[in-house]
Amino acid sequence: MTAPFPTHKQEEWRYADLDALKPVWERFAQPVTMTVAAGEELEEVWLPAGEDVQLRRVQLALGKGASARIFALNTAPVYGRVELEVSLAQGADFELYGANIGTGLSTNEFVTTVKHVGEGGRSRQVIRSVLNGKAVGSYLGKVEVARGAQQTDAEQSVKAMLLDRGATANCKPELEIFADDVKCAHGATVGELDAMQLFYAESRGLDPASARALLLEGFVTGLWDSATSGDAISEAARDALRRVV
Amino acid sequence: MLNIDNLHATVANKPILNGVSLHVPAGEVHAIMGPNGSGKSTLAYVLAGRPGYEVSEGSVTFSPRHCEERSDEAIQPATSETGLPRFARNDGGRLDLLGMEPHERAAAGLFLGFQYPVEIPGVSMLQFLRESLNSQRRARGEGDLSGAEFIKLAREQAGLLGMDAEMLKRPVNVGFSGGEKKRAEMVQMGIMSPRFAVLDETDSGLDIDALKSVGAGINRIMRAPDKGVLLITHYQRLLDYVEPDRVHVLNAGRIVRSGGPELAKELEREGYAEAAA
Repeated sequence: MTAPFPTHKQEEWRYADLDALKPVWERFAQPVTMTVAAGEELEEVWLPAGEDVQLRRVQLALGKGASARIFALNTAPVYGRVELEVSLAQGADFELYGANIGTGLSTNEFVTTVKHVGEGGRSRQVIRSVLNGKAVGSYLGKVEVARGAQQTDAEQSVKAMLLDRGATANCKPELEIFADDVKCAHGATVGELDAMQLFYAESRGLDPASARALLLEGFVTGLWDSATSGDAISEAARDALRRVV
Repeated sequence: MLNIDNLHATVANKPILNGVSLHVPAGEVHAIMGPNGSGKSTLAYVLAGRPGYEVSEGSVTFSPRHCEERSDEAIQPATSETGLPRFARNDGGRLDLLGMEPHERAAAGLFLGFQYPVEIPGVSMLQFLRESLNSQRRARGEGDLSGAEFIKLAREQAGLLGMDAEMLKRPVNVGFSGGEKKRAEMVQMGIMSPRFAVLDETDSGLDIDALKSVGAGINRIMRAPDKGVLLITHYQRLLDYVEPDRVHVLNAGRIVRSGGPELAKELEREGYAEAAA
């Protein structure tokens, strides 16, 4: 049985492009389930596909002391959505490094719920968006710390660059904490390229367009520094930037 | 080689340069000294073309190919006149510097050593410098350096300045100490091998050993009959290692005094107020 089609009234679908989603909903109605057993490690690199509408809906369960690192590039021409619901048992470690790169009328978004269920879990979510035209890039991230999940260490860092006045970045980090000995940090900035960095690069001989491209590339590809094999996703991000800038 | 004539400039509508005139012939190093707020850094930024630094009067011409007739130019076709077709110019290889974009000035052979080198997270020093150099080379009609050629050049220059080559893999200036940043500026200069360098307080933040090696670097890279340097500094110290041909005192946006190397020593002894009076 297919799950009911979402509406904008549901917080987690608030910025979604439901018109684009409608024709393909059946394919994505059911999230994919992934499990990392106690003490095991998982590293995933999620590259963009060719379709206009691209969704990944994943439920990820991390066992005791398990760790998962996900590197994701969201750059669908119409609607891209990476949706993650993660649960962390005691001492589990979760990292998400994601980028939205969009132009035109596209909507790309990360929607996450990270549930710290056991003690001493650690989560890191780092999202960077580069948006041009009338593109929308969003991050909706909820961190839930259950009663008893003491010594949780959760961090969300979200930054967006808007290259056009018509582009929109939405950012909504949310915390729901039921334990008293935890560390939960979040930071968000929306900005333009730094004028001094641009001048520095131009003074070394880069023309303005190349200087901007290089600075944007640095802004995004810094995300994949810790990937075991980050070459493919870095290359895909560079391609996407060339298309967008 | 560099001819500054009656240069007036404003920053945020405030006049900072009030008629600077200065001529640096090829083969010479000129020092500009002056108190805080006299306009030294503004002059450097105006020469490099920083946005927001508005020239209200005067001109700057740059003749990077000053020694064109010299015989050794013949074996370097890449530096022939045809390499600079798209720049604003008047006659005989003289470029109207102020009519050029910052990157065009760099391609023409101008280098600014920043007083506060800028950090660029996420972009490695190697990538930054390779793309910059190749971009300059393309503008001059020269071919790109390959990755291997570039890395060899970068390692060599880092080595000559006593910088650990591993630092070239790190993001541009990120996590570098003040002294390391200044040293890295000189490594960049060595890689770019410019015709003319404007060095804005390259000596500040350096300890004695670093000062010595940076001084030696400036001499090695820039002391040549077809190159020139404008050395902006507060102190006499660097001038012990890079001996200037001329010393100018900038005060309230004008050159108020010029002299030989002995002027720097006099300034150090007597202070700007006395010497510039």
